Amino acid sequence: MSSDDASDEGSEPHPEIPRNGMPGPSPDERPHPEGRRNAKGIRIDPEAEAEPEHRTAVVSALVEHEPGVLSRVSGLFSRRQFNIESLTVGPTTVEGHARITLVVEETDPGIDQVKKQLAKLKPVIQVGELDDDAVRAELVVLKVRGEEPDKVQAITEMYEGRTLDAGPRTITVQITGDQQKIDDAIDAFRQFGIIEIARTGQTALARGDTPTTPGEEPGHAKDTDEQSDEVKTGTYDD
Amino acid sequence: MSEHAPPKSDAADDAETDTGVETGAEAVVAALESAGAETLFGVQGGAIMPVYDALYDSDLQHVTMAHEQGAAHAADAYGVVSGEPGVCLATSGPGATNLVTGIADADMDSDAMVALTGQVPSHMVGSDAFQETDTTGVTAPITKHNYFAGDADTVGDTVGEAFALSAEGRPGPTLVDLPKDTTLAETDAEPGPAETPETYSVEEDPDDEQVEAAARAIERAEKPLLLFGGGVVKSDACKEARGFAMEHGIPVATTMPAIGSMPEDHELCLSWAGMHGTGYANMAITHTDCLIAVGTRFDDRLTGGVETFAPEAEVVHVDIDPAEISKNVHADYPVVGDAATAIERLDAEMDRSPQTREWRSQCRAWKDEYPLAYATPDDEPLKPQFVVEAFDEATDDDAVVTTGVGQHQMWAAQFWTYRSPRTWVSSHGLGTMGYGVPAAIGARIAADDDQQVVCFDGDGSFLMTMQEISVAVREDLDITVAVLNNRYIGMVRQWQDAFFDGRQMAADYDWCPEFDKLAEAFGAKGLRVDDYDEVADAVEEALEYDGPAVVDFHIDPAENVYPMVPSGGANGKFALSEDQL
Repeated sequence: MSSDDASDEGSEPHPEIPRNGMPGPSPDERPHPEGRRNAKGIRIDPEAEAEPEHRTAVVSALVEHEPGVLSRVSGLFSRRQFNIESLTVGPTTVEGHARITLVVEETDPGIDQVKKQLAKLKPVIQVGELDDDAVRAELVVLKVRGEEPDKVQAITEMYEGRTLDAGPRTITVQITGDQQKIDDAIDAFRQFGIIEIARTGQTALARGDTPTTPGEEPGHAKDTDEQSDEVKTGTYDD
Repeated sequence: MSEHAPPKSDAADDAETDTGVETGAEAVVAALESAGAETLFGVQGGAIMPVYDALYDSDLQHVTMAHEQGAAHAADAYGVVSGEPGVCLATSGPGATNLVTGIADADMDSDAMVALTGQVPSHMVGSDAFQETDTTGVTAPITKHNYFAGDADTVGDTVGEAFALSAEGRPGPTLVDLPKDTTLAETDAEPGPAETPETYSVEEDPDDEQVEAAARAIERAEKPLLLFGGGVVKSDACKEARGFAMEHGIPVATTMPAIGSMPEDHELCLSWAGMHGTGYANMAITHTDCLIAVGTRFDDRLTGGVETFAPEAEVVHVDIDPAEISKNVHADYPVVGDAATAIERLDAEMDRSPQTREWRSQCRAWKDEYPLAYATPDDEPLKPQFVVEAFDEATDDDAVVTTGVGQHQMWAAQFWTYRSPRTWVSSHGLGTMGYGVPAAIGARIAADDDQQVVCFDGDGSFLMTMQEISVAVREDLDITVAVLNNRYIGMVRQWQDAFFDGRQMAADYDWCPEFDKLAEAFGAKGLRVDDYDEVADAVEEALEYDGPAVVDFHIDPAENVYPMVPSGGANGKFALSEDQL
C-alpha cells in the first residue's frame, strides 16, 4: 500500500507518517471514557476505591483417591498464588474417594476462582464452599515442659483435651476443636513453655442434611453397591 | 520385547491384523489408531523404543523431528490446522523435558495435543535412573491432565482417554507417561473407544437465564463490540459468530489467537486488539458500552491494565470454561457454554438488533485515523511490512501462516489480511521463540495439499529451531520460510530503546549465520534479499519452489512495531511512535 506512495515521492519520508511511526492523533489528543475497573476487573465508580476485602472460606473438594491428587491440588494453589491457610485430606466412606478440606483467605472473586480452578482438575469430582455454620474441627498435638504436671492437666481438662504422653521432662497433649478453641488452648499452654507443636489444619463437614459438596451422596461406591458394603454408613433423607 | 519386526510384506500385514494387541506398546498404538490419530511427531529413544517398535507395523504416519521441542510444536500446529489433537512422542528424561516448552505452549493457547513420553521401568522410578525425570510432576502444571500408565492392561484405555480429554470442552494438552515395563508387558486388552473420564463434565448448553440477561444487555447497547477469542476458532464457531455480527451489525475485534475467525477485509472487522493490535480495535474496546467477549481469557497482552480495559462496558462473557468467567475481567453477564451453541441461543433470544449506525461510523472513522501504515522511501533499507504484504498478495486466501515470536510475528499479524480460521498459527500465550519452523511442518502435514504454508520468522527465532528445516527437506515438505532478519533480537531491542534508555544489552544479533547458505546446506532452497526490487522475484521463486525454501530478508534494523499499548497501559492510549511511549 504505502510503498506505491513512497516510490512517487522519491527519498522524502511519507509526510503523514512520522519516522518509525504511524498517523493519527497522539494518546493525549484522543477522547477517553470516564469509567474504570478495579484491579480485579470489576467496574467501579471512578471516585470510589472499591477493592474487595479478604475473607476466610472453607472449601471442600471430593476427589478421586489416586496418586498425585494432593500434589495437583497443592500445585494449583502455589502456581496461582492463592493464599492457603490449611489443607487436610483423608478418605471418605466411598471407596476410591477422598475429601480435601481447604481453608483459604481470599477476596470473593479469589474464592470463586479457587473453587472453579479446583473443579477443573480431572480427579476432582465436586467442590463446595461450607457455610459459616459448618461443623469444623482441628487437631493440635503439643509438647510442653513437664515441671507442673497438675497445672498442665488442669488446662488439658479445661479444653477437653487428652494427655498422650507424660514424662518427667515433657508432657504431650492433644486438643481438638474449632480454630478459636485451638488458638485459645495454645495460648493457655504457653505459660508452661511449649517445646513443639503440630497442627492439622481445619477439616469440616456441612451441618445437618446438607451435603458437604453439591450432589454428594454418602456411602455409595461409584460403580457398584457390592464394593461399598463395608463402607456404606448411611443416607441423607431426601 | 517384541522380536525385531520382519520387513513389511503383505503376508506380515495380514498376520498383524489377525493377532490384535499383544503388548502394552501395541495397545498404545491401537488406542491412537482407534481415537483417529493419523500423524505422530517424535524422536526415538531408549524408554520409548517399545512404542516405536509397535509403530513399525502400524499405518500411522510418523515424522521424526530433529528435536523434541520441534515435535511438540509440530503436533500443536497440526492440531490447530486440522482441528484434531496433534500427537507427539519422546523418550524419558531429556526427551520428555525437551517437550515441555511445546506442551506449555499448547496449554497457554488451549490447543488439543497428546504427548506420549517413555519412562524408565516402574521398578526403577524414583531411583534417579539413567534418563529418568519425574515427567508427570514436571508437566502437571502445564497439562490439562497427565497420566502415569503403570498397567499394560489399561494403558490403551488411558491413551484413548488422554486423546478424548485433550479435545473435550476447552481443549488442552494431555500427557501419558509410559514406563518401559508397561509397554513391553504382554497384554491382550484391546483399548475401548476413546472416552473422557466421568469426573470431567462440560456444560455445552448455556443456562436460559444467562442467555436472556445477556441478550437484553446487547439489545439495549448503543456501542456494542464483539470480541472473538481463540475459543471461536477452536470450537469451530466462526460461521455462527460471523453470522451473529453481520445480522446485528455489531463490529468485531478479535484477539490474536482468533485471527481469521472474522474476515479481516469485512467492513465490520476491526482486526485484532491488544498490545500491538490495530488502533481502531483498541479504540473500539476503550469506548464500547457492551463488550461481547466469546472464548477469550482476557490475557494481559489483550487488556493492558484491567482497570482501564473497556472502562465503560458491560461485559458479556461467553466461555466453555467457567473458571475463565471473572478471572481477569469481571463478567456482568456470564454465559457458560460452547461458543457456537451460545451464539445461536443468544441470536434466538434477541428480539431486535442494537442501533449501531452511529457506532459503526465511529469505528470506520477510527479505521481512517489509525491505518496500519509504514514509510518506504527508496533510500531506506527494506521494510519488513512490505515483505509480509508481498507474500500476502502472492498467495491464495487460504494460505496458512506460521510464525516465531517477536517483531516479525507482529508484522505478520498486522500486514497480512486473514480471511479464514485455522490459517494463522502462532505462539500467543507462552510467546515461544522458535515456534515457526516446526509449526510450519505440522501445519503443512495437516493442511490441504493445495494450501500454501508460509512461515515468517525472525533471525533470533529462526536460530532456535531451524534444525527442523532438515526434516522439511527429508519429508519434501513444500513450505516457505521468510526470515525477517534485522540482526537484532528485535522486540527486546525495541523495549530497550523505549524503556531502558537504549542500553541494548545482548540484543545485537549481527553474529547470525547466513541463513540462505544454511538452508542450502540442509538441502533446502536458500535465497537472500536486501532491496525492495528483489522482493517480488524472491517471493515468487520461493513460493514456486516445490520443497522447503528459506528467504533471508535483510530488513531495516531500526524498524519497530507500532501501534503499541505499553505493558499494563490503557488500550486507547496506544503509542504510534517511540516518542509517545
